[in-house]
Amino acid sequence: MPIQPEEILETIKMVTNENLDIRTVTMGINLRGCSHPDIRIFSEQVYSRIMSCAENLVRITEDIQGLYGIPIINKRISVTPIAIVAESCRADDLVAVAETLDRAAHEAGIDFIGGFSALVQKGMTPGDLRLITSIPRALAMTKKVCSSVNVATTKAGINMDAVALMGRIVKETAELTRDSGGIGCAKLVVFANAPEDNPFMAGAFHGIGEPDCVINVGVSGPGVVNAAVRALHDPSLGDIAECIKKTAFKITRMGEMVGREVARRLNAQFGVLDLSLAPTPAVGDSVAAILEAMGLESCGTHGTTAALALLNDAVKKGGAMASSSVGGLSGAFIPVSEDEGMIRAVQRGSLSLDKLEAMTCVCSVGLDMIAVPGDTSPATISAIIADEMAIGMVNRKTTAVRIIPAPGARVGDMVEFGGLLGTAPVMAVHGFSSEIFIARGGRIPAPIQSLTN
Amino acid sequence: MSSSRFVITVIGQDRVGIVAGISRVMAEHAVNIADIRQSIMNQLFTMIMLAEVKSENFDLTAFQEAMSAIGKELGVQVIVQHEDVFRFMHRI
Repeated sequence: MPIQPEEILETIKMVTNENLDIRTVTMGINLRGCSHPDIRIFSEQVYSRIMSCAENLVRITEDIQGLYGIPIINKRISVTPIAIVAESCRADDLVAVAETLDRAAHEAGIDFIGGFSALVQKGMTPGDLRLITSIPRALAMTKKVCSSVNVATTKAGINMDAVALMGRIVKETAELTRDSGGIGCAKLVVFANAPEDNPFMAGAFHGIGEPDCVINVGVSGPGVVNAAVRALHDPSLGDIAECIKKTAFKITRMGEMVGREVARRLNAQFGVLDLSLAPTPAVGDSVAAILEAMGLESCGTHGTTAALALLNDAVKKGGAMASSSVGGLSGAFIPVSEDEGMIRAVQRGSLSLDKLEAMTCVCSVGLDMIAVPGDTSPATISAIIADEMAIGMVNRKTTAVRIIPAPGARVGDMVEFGGLLGTAPVMAVHGFSSEIFIARGGRIPAPIQSLTN
Repeated sequence: MSSSRFVITVIGQDRVGIVAGISRVMAEHAVNIADIRQSIMNQLFTMIMLAEVKSENFDLTAFQEAMSAIGKELGVQVIVQHEDVFRFMHRI
């Protein structure tokens, strides 16, 4: 059946008016062959390995963008968690490795490189500890390196020693980048149940069950879903779910086509298609706007969690029907600083940190790009992380925390990060202490849901 | 990619010479018109062409630039995209 003019115009409208884009093409690169006790030799091997896989990534991605007329916003690389491949290095400090990653990222012309990471849900190796303590300086001294630490899984429980440590690491990272509002923290994610094939930053890394070199694609389009929902006339919630599902289906099909073609031209395996509604600061390209289109006066009011649950599920269903390779996070993101609607909701007082936490029970990730006052204690940050990890662990889902205790900032201030990272309104945290709870350390055991074998 | 067919979409205010201008540039790049439809949608001139490329050495970027340039001259928006993007999005 020939393509109808209406269909052609619909696709063009999605791109030109509604900000439909491929948010990222992320190449996952295995670094396990690079291990070496001498950190200089190790770094050299990491550099040449990345360059040998990714030297054509940007050029080919741009060719595809021209061919299909669909913007591809970011080109990224994820690597095997550095804590694993640098375990045998005889060096206490892994900042040099982060600098190598940064150099490779600049040379390859990509936007971000993820994988300065450690997986410590059940305990830490000496290599994990070296990596984690290197994070604040690594993020302060590099521009494109992203870091993540997985501190909990449904199977292992929550490593509360790691949670306590990460509270201090987040604070230190903010301090070392205080001149730019604590931007180092925008490149640092703490995870529960981290996916091994997520193409989105700052949490992307190349998991240990992954192939040698893989292309994962992240597609976005909150603006498209927002426009589709707003075009309905007096819909029931069932009609809205159906409309979101169909829109998600179309977006996913387009993303899969692009991903497969990029992978084919780079001789890499095609990994997953991650359909995540990732908002941008552009007006209308907002998850909050979709929730408000469903009939809420302002995002964050009563009913928001239910509306988000509907949205997240419909996106997943549309995606799952469109592609057999759906993976990563796939759902709706709710980063505050990157979503113009969320920022407005915080400013009008309808969206609080507590409500965001509730929303993370039903969305695809977690507390994302949230600025809190600069004098927030490390224990409070750890406690916020612990709450979020508990939600992920019990609900068998990924949750994450990307929080910025902006140095010198008070509730109501705005912290500017620029570009896709946007502008974060500083949000209030609870004043009561969590100090003693966090200081206890140890492990929160895996929940009964983990005993499935 | 299953073919070397492109969809060319021209959108803008109607005026004399749009079809002539666009097809002249296509001929210069040895791009054949396989199908063409034109209508006025939402008060806008809309022309959709299915174009075929036979040449092995076809330079897509140069063709897209030439089409944008003639579009600018005629006051219309011209978009050149491989047909697969529409096939994948709207057909199973």
